[in-house]
Amino acid sequence: MYNGSKIIAGLIIFVALATFPFLYNIGKVNAKPELKIDTPVIEQLKEKECVESEEFMKAKHMQLLNRWRDMAVRDGERVYVNSKGEKYEISLQNTCLKCHSNKKEFCDKCHNYMSVKTHCWDCHLTSEEKQKT
Amino acid sequence: MEFLLYIRVIRIFVKFVFNVLENMETNRRQFLKIFGISTLSGLGSIPAIWAFTQHSALSTQHFGKRWAMVVDIKKFKTEDDYKKCIDACHSVHNVPDFGNPKDEVKWIWKMPYKNTFPEQEDDYISGEMKNMPFTVLCNHCKNPPCVRVCPTKATFKRADGIVAMDYHRCIGCRFCMAACPYGSRSFNFRDPRPFIKEKNSEYPTRAKGVVEKCNFCEERLSKGLQPACVEACKDNKALIFGDLNDPDSEVRKVLETNYTIRRKPELGTQPGVYYIVGAKEDV
Ligand code: SF4
Ligand code: SF4
Repeated sequence: MYNGSKIIAGLIIFVALATFPFLYNIGKVNAKPELKIDTPVIEQLKEKECVESEEFMKAKHMQLLNRWRDMAVRDGERVYVNSKGEKYEISLQNTCLKCHSNKKEFCDKCHNYMSVKTHCWDCHLTSEEKQKT
Repeated sequence: MEFLLYIRVIRIFVKFVFNVLENMETNRRQFLKIFGISTLSGLGSIPAIWAFTQHSALSTQHFGKRWAMVVDIKKFKTEDDYKKCIDACHSVHNVPDFGNPKDEVKWIWKMPYKNTFPEQEDDYISGEMKNMPFTVLCNHCKNPPCVRVCPTKATFKRADGIVAMDYHRCIGCRFCMAACPYGSRSFNFRDPRPFIKEKNSEYPTRAKGVVEKCNFCEERLSKGLQPACVEACKDNKALIFGDLNDPDSEVRKVLETNYTIRRKPELGTQPGVYYIVGAKEDV
């Protein structure tokens, strides 16, 4: 084998680099984010359910929000009828945040954990921002 | 954290590949299905076109309306008459006040006659008019040049005539500002948040790098309310708002009984804001 030692050294360096992130994190705790839904408005609800079921919201809230955005902004359609036939005003700031007034303990928890960055709050006022007025 | 990122990159890639494959598959199947059925039913491609265009703008609930405003400029007598309209608009829509004309953001504002109607270069006009500041705002043109130039469709015309902005899409290229002949648009050169005195918690702000302008209070119209500026001066009816397609609406009546002019009609933009300039004082 020509240049065997160089190839092997290169391979070792490659494997070390490629597996570094895994090895580096071995044994480190990665606690699952715990979301809080104990805001005053949610506490008042008889049935603690979002506009759609929990599973749906967990998996598809981004698609739902995109759809809401397009319905409200582009089609001027501001009423959402959910799978049960209930009606909701389409508004991130006025409907979603009315219940989830704890963005830091709710949205941010998962988004930070998954390092997902959203631009929602560049314009939409969070409850903390609202209080600052 | 690095580990997670690493996994995410791989996941996103795999998902992307799957998505592409999946979309190719479903689109092809759907197309074949619709195409096949249309051909079989002997109607050629017409039903197929229908199937693909079912989300056209015409299906929105606003079809058939054409919102417009009439400004009765002689009813603006004092500084306060202008201020209350402007303040009402700017406070409900979280319009920032940067305190300098270079960065200024405005939805509705005061402009001298000679800038409002620059084509009316008559040497002798009524001195009163000549010195009168006009209340101006986006004209929600029927033929809006701003919409034509916007590369992302962030500025678009709704079926009810409102020229709306989708701030989610605006990339801040400012083509629309160059295209608008009325200076109705402002750019956020800086983060506007710290410059909003009192925030309306029910309405969003804008972010740095987007263009903004009057939206004819589309959010209030959807609740059956009049625009904020119109409501602010409802005592003397200096601003009148309504649907041009409704022959019984107040705007139509006012337009029928008063001589009105629009800004820069020679450009063919067909503004939706009319000005009553010559009315005799009747108050
Ligand atoms: S006034 Fe300007 S911004 Fe408004 S619709 Fe007309 S061209 Fe567009
Ligand atoms: S600045 Fe925004 S709204 Fe104006 S043309 Fe560019 S993308 Fe469109």
